[in-house]
Amino acid sequence: MRLLAALSGGVDSAVAAALAVDAGHDVTGVHLALSSSPAALRSGSRGCCSREDARDAGRVADVLGIPFYVWDLAERFRADVIDDFVAEYAAGRTPNPCLRCNEKIKFTAVLDRALALGFDGVVTGHHAALSDGVLTRSVDEAKDQSYVLAVLTPEQLASTVLPLGGLRKDEVRALARERGLGVADKADSHDICFIADGDTAGFLRSALGPAPGPVVDALTGAVVGTHDGAYAFTVGQRRGLALTVPAGDGRPRYVLSVTPVTRTVTVGPASALDICSLVTGPPVWSSPRPLPLRCSVQLRAHGMVHDCFVTAASGPLAGWQLALDTPARGVAPGQTAVLYDGPTVLGSATLVSTHP
Amino acid sequence: MAYLDHAASTPMLPEAVAAVCAVMARPGNASSLHAAGRQARRTVEESREALAAALGGRPSEVLFTGGGTESDNLAVKGIFWARQDGGVARPRVLASAVEHHAVLDAVEWLVAHEGAEVTWLEADALGRVHPEVLEAALGDDVALVTVMWANNEVGTVQPVVALAEVAHRFGVPFHTDAVQAVGQLPVDFASSGVDALTLTGHKFGGPLGVGALLLGRDVACTPLLHGGGQERDVRSGTFDTPAVAGLAAAATLAVERQPVVARNLAALRDDLVRRVRAAIPDAVYNGDPVDRLPGNAHFSFPGCEGDSLLLLLDARGVEVSTGSACSSGVARPSHVLVAMGQDPETARSSLRFSLGHSSTVDDVDALLDALPSVVDRARRVPVR
Repeated sequence: MRLLAALSGGVDSAVAAALAVDAGHDVTGVHLALSSSPAALRSGSRGCCSREDARDAGRVADVLGIPFYVWDLAERFRADVIDDFVAEYAAGRTPNPCLRCNEKIKFTAVLDRALALGFDGVVTGHHAALSDGVLTRSVDEAKDQSYVLAVLTPEQLASTVLPLGGLRKDEVRALARERGLGVADKADSHDICFIADGDTAGFLRSALGPAPGPVVDALTGAVVGTHDGAYAFTVGQRRGLALTVPAGDGRPRYVLSVTPVTRTVTVGPASALDICSLVTGPPVWSSPRPLPLRCSVQLRAHGMVHDCFVTAASGPLAGWQLALDTPARGVAPGQTAVLYDGPTVLGSATLVSTHP
Repeated sequence: MAYLDHAASTPMLPEAVAAVCAVMARPGNASSLHAAGRQARRTVEESREALAAALGGRPSEVLFTGGGTESDNLAVKGIFWARQDGGVARPRVLASAVEHHAVLDAVEWLVAHEGAEVTWLEADALGRVHPEVLEAALGDDVALVTVMWANNEVGTVQPVVALAEVAHRFGVPFHTDAVQAVGQLPVDFASSGVDALTLTGHKFGGPLGVGALLLGRDVACTPLLHGGGQERDVRSGTFDTPAVAGLAAAATLAVERQPVVARNLAALRDDLVRRVRAAIPDAVYNGDPVDRLPGNAHFSFPGCEGDSLLLLLDARGVEVSTGSACSSGVARPSHVLVAMGQDPETARSSLRFSLGHSSTVDDVDALLDALPSVVDRARRVPVR
C-alpha cells in the first residue's frame, strides 16, 4: 500500500512508520505544523511542533529513507481545536482537545488529503490496535490511546494503519534504538500541546477575559465565594475555589456544575459528584451494535471503566442513555463517552447531560 | 531524476570542484607571514582579482563572505549604520516588496531594533519596481535603497541601472541582491552604477557557503563581524581559501559562458513554457514575460496547492519548488506573489521551474510527462 505516515517527531510515530516500511509499504512522511509561531526548541514534555520536533521528524524520514514534507495545518488547528476548546469551556463544558485533533485534523484533514493525493491510507503511532476495521485497546494499558481514536468512523478506520497496538512502550523504544532512530529516548508528550506552560486556567483567562461570578453551595443555596471566570472550573475540581464560607459539615467541597449564563459555579460535597445516568449526543459507531446493549464505558482518557446498560435516548439528538452499574465521579458535559466490549471499541458520543 | 530547481542551488562546475580540491590539500592561513601563509594569501588575492575581473569591479571592491544571506545582511545593516554617523538622521530604508528574506528580514530587524523606518517599494503585476516609485519615496532622510537585480521566485529582472541612477540623484547608496543574476544575465558592477552587490557561489556553479559583497571603494559600511580586520576591516574572519578559489573559478567560467548559456536556457525555458501552457491551458504564467531570468518559469495552477504538486512531482522524480525554501519547511503564500497583487489562494497554487547549466530537454520531457496527471490529481485535494 502507499501510506502517508504522520511523523510528530516523537518515538511512537517514528516506529510506526518504520514498521510500515518493514511491512513492505511505500511510505511517505509528513510532519504537521500546527502552530503558526513555532518555538525553536522543545521544552520537556510540553509544547508541540517546535522546529526541533520538525527536525526530529525529518531525521526519522532520513533514517528510514522515505520522502518527507511539512504540512502547515496551523489555521485548521486553530479553528477546529483551539477555538473549539475555548468555546467549549466558555459554554461550561469540558472538552478533550486531543480527541478533537484526531477527529478534525489527523483523520479528517490529513486522511482526506492523503486519499486525494492517491495514498491508500495513513499510518500513525497511536497505541491502539486495528484489525479488519475493529479498533481495540493497546496491550500497553498505561499507554492505551483507543479512547482518543473512538471518534473515527468505520470509513476512516478502513484507511488507517496502527502498527503499535501489540507493542508495549518499552518495546517501541527498543525498536527505535535498534533502528538507530535518534528519538528513541525522547520524552513522552502529555498535557495540552498548545498550552506550553500547562496553565489551562491562565490560558482560558487570557483567551476569554475576566468574567467574575458567584460560587454557590448546592445544599444551602448560599453564596460562599466569588471567582474570576467560571471557565476556569471543571466538574469535580477542588483546588482554586477560595471559598470564604466554610462547609456546614466541615468536609471539602467540589465543583458540581458550571452555569456560564449566570457565571455561577455550584459546589457541594464529594457524594454529590456521583453520576449514575448519562445522556449523550449523536454517536459515532466504529463497531456498530444494536441497542439495548450491555457493555462498558470510559468517560475520559485513562479514566475508569464502568459496566453499563445502553438504550436509545429519547429526543432529537438520537443519542445514548447510559445507566452505570457503579457511579462515576466528576463527569461533565462535553466529555466523551466511549463504549467498549472488553478491549474492543464500539463507538463514542459526547455527553450532553449527567444525572445522579 | 529531473532537477528543475537550479535557482535553489545549481550543481558545481567540475573546474570549480577541481579548484577547491587543489587548494584544500594545502595548509596555510592567508593572514600568516610565513611561506604557507603567503601561498594561501596568493590564492585568495588571485581569486579576488579573478572575481573582480569577471564582474566588472576592482579587487579592492570584493569582500568575501559566507554567502548571499551574509552579504545581504552586511550591506543592509552595515550601510544603514554607517549612514547614521555624522549627526544626520537618516532612519529610512527603501526596499522593494519582492526582496528575498535575507533582505526583508534584515530590514525588519533594523526597524524592530535600530529605530529604522522602512518604505516598501511596491511592485507592479509583473513584479517590477518602477524608477518613478523609487523617486517618489526618496528623500534626505533615506539611509539606503535595496532592490534585487532579478527576483528569485518569478524571475523578473529589475531596471537596476535606472533605479541606481535615481538613488544617486538623491545621494543615497544603492544595494542590489544579484544572487540569481550572476551567470544568467550580464552583470557589470562598475557600469551598473550600484554601490553594493550581493552574489553567492552555489547559484552559478561554485561551492555552497561562500559568496561576496561587491562594495564600492567610497561606500562606508559598518562591520557585522569584528576580529582580525580582514576584508577592509568590514568582514573579519580567516579566509576560506578553498571556497574562495572555487568561487572565483566558477564565476570566471559562468560569466564567460553566460551569453551562450543564457541563449540556450531561454530556448529550453520557452519550450517548457509553451508545453506547460498547452498541457494545462488555465495555468497562469507569472512574472515579466520578456525581462526575466532565462532559466526561470513560474506558474500558478488554479485549483491546486503548490505543496500537493510538489509532493506528487517528487514522487515521479521531478524536482521543483513552490518558491523559496524556508527553514521550517512550512509553506506560506509567497510574499512576492502577494506583492504582485495575487490573492493568497492563487499564490499558494504556484510552482517555480528553474533551469541551469546542466539542464537538458530530457528534464523538460520528464516534467511534461508527469504534469498533466499531477495537476489533475492535485485538483482533487481539498483546500485547507
